[in-house]
Amino acid sequence: MSDPRIAIIEKRFQKVRRVIAVSSGKGGVGKSMIATALALSLKDRGHSVGLLDLDFTSPATHVILGVEGLYPEEEYGIVPPMAHGLRYMSITHYSVDEPTPLRGEDVSNAIIELLAITRWGELDCLVVDMPPGIGDATLDTIRLIPSIEFIVATTPSRVAFQSVRRLLVLLKDLRVPIIGVCENMVMNPGGYVREEVERLGLEYLASVAYDEEVEEALGDPEALRKTRFYKELDEVSRRL
Amino acid sequence: MHEWALVEGVIATAARFAEENGITEVTEVVVVVGELQQVEHEVLEFAFENLKTPLFKNARFVLESQPARFKCRNCGNEWGFTSEGMTEDVSEAIHFVPEMAHVYIKCSECGSPDFEVAEGRGVWLATIKGVKGDE
Repeated sequence: MSDPRIAIIEKRFQKVRRVIAVSSGKGGVGKSMIATALALSLKDRGHSVGLLDLDFTSPATHVILGVEGLYPEEEYGIVPPMAHGLRYMSITHYSVDEPTPLRGEDVSNAIIELLAITRWGELDCLVVDMPPGIGDATLDTIRLIPSIEFIVATTPSRVAFQSVRRLLVLLKDLRVPIIGVCENMVMNPGGYVREEVERLGLEYLASVAYDEEVEEALGDPEALRKTRFYKELDEVSRRL
Repeated sequence: MHEWALVEGVIATAARFAEENGITEVTEVVVVVGELQQVEHEVLEFAFENLKTPLFKNARFVLESQPARFKCRNCGNEWGFTSEGMTEDVSEAIHFVPEMAHVYIKCSECGSPDFEVAEGRGVWLATIKGVKGDE
């Protein structure tokens, strides 16, 4: 008759004030880095923050945070463990480093299950690292999480932005709030992405310079905080 | 799925159905749960007794289990679920997120992880019986 999991998802988000999804039309644009940096920065500003990694195929936030062996606590559902001051939920709590070969319907079911069992408690903000693209995972997340807002990541590449544009148009068609677009890995500021974003009537949030120190800072949030990349994202989080 | 989360969902869904259909007292709720969910019947009943609202005061909670069947997309082999030989961590991972079966279970013939859960994954509210307000 009906799926009882759907009815509790709304309840799970009752005490979460904002849900900010970091998404992209294409992989490899630094979406997980941006999501993690924003979550850490919001936490450093004194907010209670959660980080949810919904990129089942290529989860990366655990590598960026440098956490392993975390396991959620079982208490009338699942309470996400703390990682560097963030309530942190990832499929890797269960899959560890094994591949997760899920087809469309399985992805939908896994998202519904995670959203239904996870008890976030009271949070000022939940940052969601979304899977790239406009497939089932993105559509389900939009359908299921109330009041979700999007930050969309791109690189200066016209190829990347063409995919991002499709995501932005989809979000507009679905009437999902778009906070703005972050242009990442910028080496030669050109203005193409800014012009295109503004033409769509959206906010161009930041031009984040390519920063080779980021790779060295993987797994070490303290080192990440010292990078230029982080400082530029910190400025974005200040305006949120 | 976690038993308490499942019961919370069942109660919320059944309460919504009752409200939409003018049911003032629920007498029976039937839930079908796939074997892959590995839920414990006693825990479900205990959770139901603890979470039920006055609407469900005299309701019977009936759990029907559906055996899990897998079908390999590579070689067509069909086989059933067994938790025999699984570590506790793996069994728990599949219990909380049944799609973890695709991480830890392989086709018993060809070893492929690309298989379909043909039966026994889901969880759904099958029937609700109750008394309408004007009856």
